[in-house]
Amino acid sequence: MVGENTLSNRMLKLWVPLALYAAFLLFPFAWMLIVSLKPDELLLDTRLNPFAIVNPTLANYRRLIFESPFPRWILNTLVVTLGATVISLACSILIGYALGRFRFRGGNTIGVLIFLLYLVPPTLLFIPLSQIVSNFGLYNQYAALILTYPTFLIPFASWLLMGYFRTISRELEDAALVDGATRIQAMWRVVLPLALPGVLSAAIFCFTLGWNEFLYALVFMGSGEMKTVPVGVVSDFIRADVHFWGLLMAAGIAGSVPVAIAYAFLVDNYVSGLTAGATKG
Amino acid sequence: MSVVPASVKPKPAVAALDVPRGRSRWWDREAPLAYLFMVPGALLLILFMAYPFGLGIYLSLTDKMVGFADFDFIGLENYQYLLRDRVFHQTVVNTFVYGFVTVPFKLVLGLGLALVLNQRFRLSSAIRAGLLLPWIVPTAISSLAWLMLFDPVLSPISWVLREWGLITQNVNFLGDRVNAMASLCLANVWRGIPFFAISILAGLQAVPQELHEAAALDGASSWQRFRSVTLPTIRTIVVIATLFSIIWTFADFQLIYVLTKGGPANGTHVFGTYAYQTMGYSALGQAASVALSMFPFLAIFAALLLRQLRSED
Repeated sequence: MVGENTLSNRMLKLWVPLALYAAFLLFPFAWMLIVSLKPDELLLDTRLNPFAIVNPTLANYRRLIFESPFPRWILNTLVVTLGATVISLACSILIGYALGRFRFRGGNTIGVLIFLLYLVPPTLLFIPLSQIVSNFGLYNQYAALILTYPTFLIPFASWLLMGYFRTISRELEDAALVDGATRIQAMWRVVLPLALPGVLSAAIFCFTLGWNEFLYALVFMGSGEMKTVPVGVVSDFIRADVHFWGLLMAAGIAGSVPVAIAYAFLVDNYVSGLTAGATKG
Repeated sequence: MSVVPASVKPKPAVAALDVPRGRSRWWDREAPLAYLFMVPGALLLILFMAYPFGLGIYLSLTDKMVGFADFDFIGLENYQYLLRDRVFHQTVVNTFVYGFVTVPFKLVLGLGLALVLNQRFRLSSAIRAGLLLPWIVPTAISSLAWLMLFDPVLSPISWVLREWGLITQNVNFLGDRVNAMASLCLANVWRGIPFFAISILAGLQAVPQELHEAAALDGASSWQRFRSVTLPTIRTIVVIATLFSIIWTFADFQLIYVLTKGGPANGTHVFGTYAYQTMGYSALGQAASVALSMFPFLAIFAALLLRQLRSED
C-alpha cells in the first residue's frame, strides 16, 4: 500500500471532490451574500459580471433592520419558537421518560404511534387545522403556532429523548429509590440531570424546526405584523413582479445565521435521534 | 408534576429497605405513572392532530366554502371531481416525479459526500458543518436564493453559460413545465444531499475497520471492499434515509411555493401547493380532499419505514 497516502492520492480522493461538493452546496449562499452586499443600481445591470461586487455596501442590511418589519418578524419567530419549544419539551420529557424507562402495557404500541405521528406532514392537516384555529379564536395570535408546532415537535423530541433515557443506567435510579426517594424525585434529581445533554439537543432541534416552519405560519399567522421570518420575507419582499432582491438576500442571510449556528454543532445527534429505534441503547 | 403532593415525607430508611417502595403508592408504580406522563402530550396531539385529521376527512365530504356557515354533506363528490380534474392528475404525476426522480441523485451524491467526509482531514468538523447548510437553513429562505439563480433575466447561471458561449439566450428555468420541474428537482436534490450524507456518514462509522483491513490484505480492490464490507453495513441506514426523504419530498410545500407557486399554468403542483391554492379559492371541502389524497401514499411509505426499523431490533 505504498502511495496510499501520497499527496496526489489525497488530492484526488479528498480535496478535489470536497471542493466540488462545496462549490455546489454553498454556491446559493455565496450568491445570496454577493447580492446582499451590492448596491441596488448595479444589481439590475445585466452587462456587468454578476459575481463582481463593485461598490460593496451594507445598505441592504441597514434597510432591513431600520426600515423594514424584519425585526418584528424576528421577535414573532422568537416568541412562537420559544413558546412551542418549552411546551414540547415539557411534554416530551414526560413521554420520553415513560417510554424509555417504564415497563407498562401498551408502551411499545405508543412508541410506534409516536414515531408514525412524526411522519405526519403539516401539508396533510393544515386545512382542517385552520378551521380549528379560527374556531378557537386563535387566528393571527401567537398561540396559533405555539399550540400547533408541538404536533410535529413532540413526536420528534419524545422519540429522541426516549432513546436518550434508555442509555442512562437504571442502577442509579434504583439506588435513589432504595434511599427513600419517590419515583418523581428520582427522575427529577437523578435521571434528568444526567439526561441534560439529550434534553439540550432536543431543545435546540425543537427551536430550529420551529424557526424553519413555513406552512402553518403562512396560513395561521400570515397577515399584518404577525408574520414569522420565513413567511414575512417571502410574502412582503416579493410583491407581484417586483423583487427587492438586495433586501431579500440580506434577509435570507440574517434569517438563517442563528439557526445555522445552533444546528451545525448538533447535527450528528439529530441523525442518531432519527434512528434511535434502529439501534436500541 | 403538581399531581404529587410535595409534603410526602420520606419514611425512615429502615422501612424503605423492608418494603420495596415501588409497591406501596400508586404514583411509585411504573404503569400508572407512565400513563399519567402521557397525558399532557396526548391532549395536545389529540386536539391538534387527531381531531383535525377527523375533521379533514369530514370536510372533504362536504361542500364547505370559506366564509359561509351553511354547507352540505356531499359524499365522495369532491374525490370524484379530482378523478376528472386534469390539474389534479398532473399534481399526482408531479409529486411522484418530484419524490422519486430526485432520490437516486440525492442518494448517490450523498453517499459520495459521506465517503469523502469519512476520511481524516484538518478542519473536518467545521467543513462538515458548512456543507450541511442546505439542509439546515430554512427552506423558504434558501429557495429565495434559487429563485434568483433561476431568474429569467438576472440568473448568474445563464450569465456563465452565455460567457462560455454555450447558449445565446438566457435559460428560462421556471418558464415552462418541463424546465420548471427540472429546476425544482435540482433545488430539491441540492437540499437533500446533506441529509443523506450525514445519515450515511453515521452508518459508515459502524463499518468494522478490521474487516476492511483484512480484506485489503487479502488483495481486495477498494471497490470490492466497498461492495462487500461497507455496503452491507450501511444498507439499513440507506433504506431508512431514502424513505424519510421520499416522505418529506412527497409532502413538500415551501420549495415549490416559493419557486413556482405550482405554475406555470398549474404545471408543477404537488399535493400541498394544489391544496393551498384550492383553499385560496375558498373551496375548503375540495381543498381538504386534495390534501387527504396524499394520505394513502404516505401510509404505504410509513409502513415500509416502520418495517425496516423493526427488522433492526
